[in-house]
Amino acid sequence: MNITFTINGEEKTVEAPPMKRLLDVLREDLHLSGTKEGCGEGECGACAVIVNGDLVNSCLIPVLQVEGTQITTIEGLAIDQRLHPIQQCFLEEGGAQCGICTPGMILATHHLLQKYPRPTLLQIQEGLSGNLCRCTGYSRIFEAVKTAANVTPVP
Amino acid sequence: MEERRQIVGQSPPRKEGAAKVTGRAQYVDDLTLPGMWYGATVRSTIPRGRIVSIAFDPAIPWHEFTIVSAADIPGENTIIHLTRDQPCLASTRVNHAAEPILLLAHPNRSALPAAVAAVQITYEELPAVFTIEDSESQKEIIWGEGETANIFKTFLLQKNQQPIPEEVWQVADFIVEGEYRTGAQEQLYIENNGVIAEYSAEDGVIVRGSMQCPYYVVEALEHVFNLPAEKCRVIQTETGGAFGGKEDFPSVIGSHAALLAMKSGHPVKLCYDRAEDMAATTKRHPSRTRIRTAVSRDGKLLAGEIDFVIDGGAYVTLSPVVLSRGTIHAPGPYNWPYLTVHAKAIATNIPPHGAFRGFGAPQSIFAIERHMDKIARTIGLTPEELRRRNFLSTGDYTATGQLLSDRVDLDRLLTRALKESNYEAKRAQFAKENPHSPIKRGIGLASFFHGAGFTGSGERRLASVVTIELTPTGQPRILVSSTEFGQGTNTILCQIAAETLHLPYDDVLIARPDTALVPNSGPTVASRTAMVVGKLVERAAQKLLDTLIHSGHLPESFTAEDFRRAAMLYLAQHGELRVTIEYEPATKIFWDDERFSGDAYPAYAWAVYVAEVAVDTASYTAQVTNFHAVQEVGRVLNPTLATGQIEGGIAQAIGYALYEKCLWQNGTLANNQMTNYIIPTSADVPPMHVFFEETPSPHGAFGAKGIGELPIDGPAPAILNAIEQATGIAFNQVPLLPEDIYERMTDESAQTDAVVLSPAEAAV
Repeated sequence: MNITFTINGEEKTVEAPPMKRLLDVLREDLHLSGTKEGCGEGECGACAVIVNGDLVNSCLIPVLQVEGTQITTIEGLAIDQRLHPIQQCFLEEGGAQCGICTPGMILATHHLLQKYPRPTLLQIQEGLSGNLCRCTGYSRIFEAVKTAANVTPVP
Repeated sequence: MEERRQIVGQSPPRKEGAAKVTGRAQYVDDLTLPGMWYGATVRSTIPRGRIVSIAFDPAIPWHEFTIVSAADIPGENTIIHLTRDQPCLASTRVNHAAEPILLLAHPNRSALPAAVAAVQITYEELPAVFTIEDSESQKEIIWGEGETANIFKTFLLQKNQQPIPEEVWQVADFIVEGEYRTGAQEQLYIENNGVIAEYSAEDGVIVRGSMQCPYYVVEALEHVFNLPAEKCRVIQTETGGAFGGKEDFPSVIGSHAALLAMKSGHPVKLCYDRAEDMAATTKRHPSRTRIRTAVSRDGKLLAGEIDFVIDGGAYVTLSPVVLSRGTIHAPGPYNWPYLTVHAKAIATNIPPHGAFRGFGAPQSIFAIERHMDKIARTIGLTPEELRRRNFLSTGDYTATGQLLSDRVDLDRLLTRALKESNYEAKRAQFAKENPHSPIKRGIGLASFFHGAGFTGSGERRLASVVTIELTPTGQPRILVSSTEFGQGTNTILCQIAAETLHLPYDDVLIARPDTALVPNSGPTVASRTAMVVGKLVERAAQKLLDTLIHSGHLPESFTAEDFRRAAMLYLAQHGELRVTIEYEPATKIFWDDERFSGDAYPAYAWAVYVAEVAVDTASYTAQVTNFHAVQEVGRVLNPTLATGQIEGGIAQAIGYALYEKCLWQNGTLANNQMTNYIIPTSADVPPMHVFFEETPSPHGAFGAKGIGELPIDGPAPAILNAIEQATGIAFNQVPLLPEDIYERMTDESAQTDAVVLSPAEAAV
């Protein structure tokens, strides 16, 4: 069936089986391979994207559910080829090591900072707890989020 | 020369960092080759038996599939590691669950799961062995024969090649004994194992994928395909975590995909999903350590006898080397007048265990560091004082007889760790508060060391090579097989070259590891990259610089622009500039494999870690609430990367200690998913305070030593030592789950461990 949605600011229509995972539609049909698969069961958050302002695991979403929605993936975050401040902070603070959790982690941070522009450590810890990282022990990520919060103007 | 800006010791952003934060980094599953098919693996469902028949359900259109069995292997049916016991594909018998038997390929990925399920294999089952004790009993011989039945490898480590004199045991004031166990641990890199293979009769095999050691895969392919090395090309793609789990295993999956590519005539992508990766690939070796020690009243270790056993699983893979590292680290960083370690790697019908960060050391260090606390409690000394009285220091000899000629100052590390963690005040506070609180808190420590580089003569045998070349645009480019998988290889090697060449960090490039282009700089394992490969990069960069200066194109004092100009002039004149450097063993390092003695490692990292815990007596959960890590790792090349690596290791070790349990049922991993194999989340990690003392080592680039494995060694015993303070119960096994805590805390008889025994009672 045909499903239409807005992705990274651009309207797209894809033809796909309705139960195809959004993750696979992003990676295979739209060639947006920045969204990663880590576990396929909604535990690790490597496939996290933002749908209508909510952070979701795209491995758990059948594509029919995103009809008419606004979706942001990691590819939609950089502005005019320049790194988004969150990306810049992850880069500088050592928030990315192997990088496979990074796109999901950055989108989770983006979502967190929308909700709490100046998050406490506890809010950061809870806000990112759906995104697993095996490399960093999370501390550099916490630093990256705090720095990003400080450089992002409060809306 | 331009004003020298230090690059080593600074934290420039990682080389491939921008690609990672934007999602542009290309991991293997992000790649598609023209005409590419997809692969899948048919695996055994029983732990041990003979294959009787294989049937294909006619409901599947099998003509659309390529099917590979052992009969299709053009070379030898083996995955070469240290021995050839592991088949590439099982043909007549299976020795563990999830053992590969057949390979399938199809143009459509989604057609594969049903096809795998439609292959019906019948077996004649044989009794299987799942525990160290059952393997030792030799009731079932599952590997080898005669005296070495079920035994992959043994080592005997004896200080000064002398047995422990019987009178030591007789005159000792205390004899303290203990038994300690550690469980398997999954590496749980977030990117699963995966490769894409191509094959052509003229060019041979190309395998690209997620891996640590491209040249290991080359060697595996040479055997499976009976091809020369130059026809086995291996390319590392961006790798989403490894931790040892992509050291030996890519040889398996790489060979499998290449066989499918050969038979199908198409490039084949073989990427595991999480469930398959967890069920079929390697884990950390489970272990059992028994320690018997003779100790004097004043807290001096007189003798130690350590019996160290690791479960290697069904095939040898890397077990002898894991055992070797575990054995060398078993004595801890202490001075033993007499010490014997009997070490053994045994076979079970569990999928083969393999490399995992620490490589045997976390197991034996867990045992000795729990045992040190037991000794301290037995003789009435504090844990820190007992350690202080027995630390190795400069000028001492290790248990393998290595003279510690570089400065060692564990005393200083301990003092700093106690001070930074406010240890004494916390310990007193918890002891006072615990009797009246439902939350029992404790603080504990571990002191330990980790050798950098390959053990013994390993580096001499590896004879690693690195090249630096000038690109056509006059930029220096490093060519090494050392891989980046998060630890920072790309970044630190470029820092080292930039510092040596007096160039900005951004001007130095590093090539993607591709065995058609890069020399063999050895595997990316064993905390060796910064020290061993880094030193080679430093030497190569120096030689490149000397060449340009001697050519007359580059003045002694130069800017980056001068360098570029000189490089272009040199290239115009000579066509190319490539400098290749080979490892030269330090002349003073000598290791005797036969006697298991000598200089085990060129350098050691030293550390004292302090853990604070809270044990909830309502839920029986233990949480690490604060963590201090003080270490001496030589010169720190990049503080942000180094700190991140230590923190990551601590978090992984917290999982090892408190969360991560592999549960096998009849030899099949029952919890092969992230839902019930639990690793620490961002909400589970404590504040981590990381401190470096820097004593530059003469062996590494700019004084660096190894760092990658160190942080996985100490946290587990420090955490259990803290839990003992909190609860008064000596838990001697990891992982320690709430159900384990519940069992002991509700068992009245277990509480006696909290009592400080008098010497007479304590002498077991």
